[in-house]
Amino acid sequence: MSILVIADHNNSELTPVTANVVAAALKLGAPVHLLVAGHGCRSVADAAAQLSGIERVLNCDAEHYAHGLAENLAELVLSVADQYTHILTAATTTGKNFLPRVAAKLDVEQISEIISIDSPDTFKRPIYAGNAIATVQSTDRIKVISVRGTAFDPCPIDGQAPIEDLPAASDQGISRFISEDLVVSERPELTAARVVISGGRGMQNGENFELLYKVADKLGAGVGASRAAVDEGFVPNDMQVGQTGKIVAPELYIAVGISGQIQHLAGMKDSKVIVAINKDEDAPIFQVADYGLVADLFDALPELTEQL
Amino acid sequence: MKIIVPVKRVVDYNVKVRVKADHSDVELANVKMDINPFCDIAVEEAVRLKEQGLASEVIVVSIGEAKAEEQLRRSLAIGADRAILVVTQEAASSLVVAKILAQIVALEQPGLVILGKQAIDTDNNQTGQMLAALAGLAQATFASKVVIDGDWVTVTRDIDGGAQTVSLKMPAIITTDLRLNEPRYIKLPDIMKAKRKPLEKKTPEDFGVEPTRTVNTLKVESPAERPAGIKVKSIQELVDKLKNEAKVVS
Repeated sequence: MSILVIADHNNSELTPVTANVVAAALKLGAPVHLLVAGHGCRSVADAAAQLSGIERVLNCDAEHYAHGLAENLAELVLSVADQYTHILTAATTTGKNFLPRVAAKLDVEQISEIISIDSPDTFKRPIYAGNAIATVQSTDRIKVISVRGTAFDPCPIDGQAPIEDLPAASDQGISRFISEDLVVSERPELTAARVVISGGRGMQNGENFELLYKVADKLGAGVGASRAAVDEGFVPNDMQVGQTGKIVAPELYIAVGISGQIQHLAGMKDSKVIVAINKDEDAPIFQVADYGLVADLFDALPELTEQL
Repeated sequence: MKIIVPVKRVVDYNVKVRVKADHSDVELANVKMDINPFCDIAVEEAVRLKEQGLASEVIVVSIGEAKAEEQLRRSLAIGADRAILVVTQEAASSLVVAKILAQIVALEQPGLVILGKQAIDTDNNQTGQMLAALAGLAQATFASKVVIDGDWVTVTRDIDGGAQTVSLKMPAIITTDLRLNEPRYIKLPDIMKAKRKPLEKKTPEDFGVEPTRTVNTLKVESPAERPAGIKVKSIQELVDKLKNEAKVVS
């Protein structure tokens, strides 16, 4: 029996987190197949074939997979599911969307956002916004699992797996894609960035985020925000780091004007080095910071830009 | 058109939970409980659709302990019309909850089911999608905007990197994200009125669903503590530490 990983991509590029999910799948000790379902997605299949350790890529190219509609994607996965002991995908908004449909139709429970693999049926996952870690064991015949990418190092990219075409399942016809409005940014994507700098309510408004962008450009950093900054309308929602936003674990995380609510900590406390800049010396963010600086961010950020 | 809104009773989102000494679970005795914030947003959205004349009845459902009646009464105070409480002995899995909801959907024939995207206790993010699959319906998760247009509903979804808009054939399943709306403040007269609204009590067996579990929790632990950090006095010292001690900046 084999293991199926469903690739995350946008029809032209493979999302880097797929390499982390493959690394997790390889720990399960059986051959790994990688499914690329999309439209005009050959370049993704080619990139997927280079992920080290996988046995083959299954490439399914059809118009009704162009936008990752959950109804259609789940049906395709179900068409091959019985050949596998484990079905894994990244806990991205795409993965979170379709995977529970697969589990429900297989009549198995899903194990969400695993952060470690103890054995092929036993996994660790965070609960209560990461305030507790549960070890769970599944007796289901097929384990359906979403993976928190930041918890696993990516597999190397030096493979050369064969690519096979997989026939499409039928178009379910109950949902339609209308439009997509993606934020175009020169900066690295938050969950893949080596350095992340985030601003909170202390930034006071959206214009002041310019101060963070200047530091970010010096460090090649991704820019994030706390839920408070998003709720205040300073920056768009896709910048939110936290339990209900993006989970990041970069080498360096710089929290600026962020008090450090549980919600936010859940999204960044696995970062390797944490820096906090806040003028309130009692802010909870300092409890998780390796380096804390009590200072007014409007003085500190320009100085930081200068010294980097 | 009926709208069904499932709601969950969870630990209040401000509470920092502690792991029990025997590592069997987190400590829930004497901890403040509340409605799951995403479920509250779902109730608000359904009631707004009713207030706009787009829905005829809002039915709230909770599957869990008997005390979830508090959260159902709260939802009735926001403006839901009636409630169904399915009492389980132990916490039900997402799959069991979805199976019970699928039976309720078959009985009530709603035009929409609106759920929270995830419960802040188990952080699973599964129930809405599972229900959609079992009921054979379309879904839009992480909704930030919902517009009903005849037999179809157009939903804008928060996705990684931006927003996506999809259109679903109704009946359909929607799960809420934080930005969909801001739930209203509940007024005292509405709380009094909610006490008289109908609330029906059921069991999983009434729906022919056995509350089994195939993923079992072996233990629950506290996350690894980060070692205590230090305070630096200046940006200069900070940059020096990042370069020479942590070696994360070159």
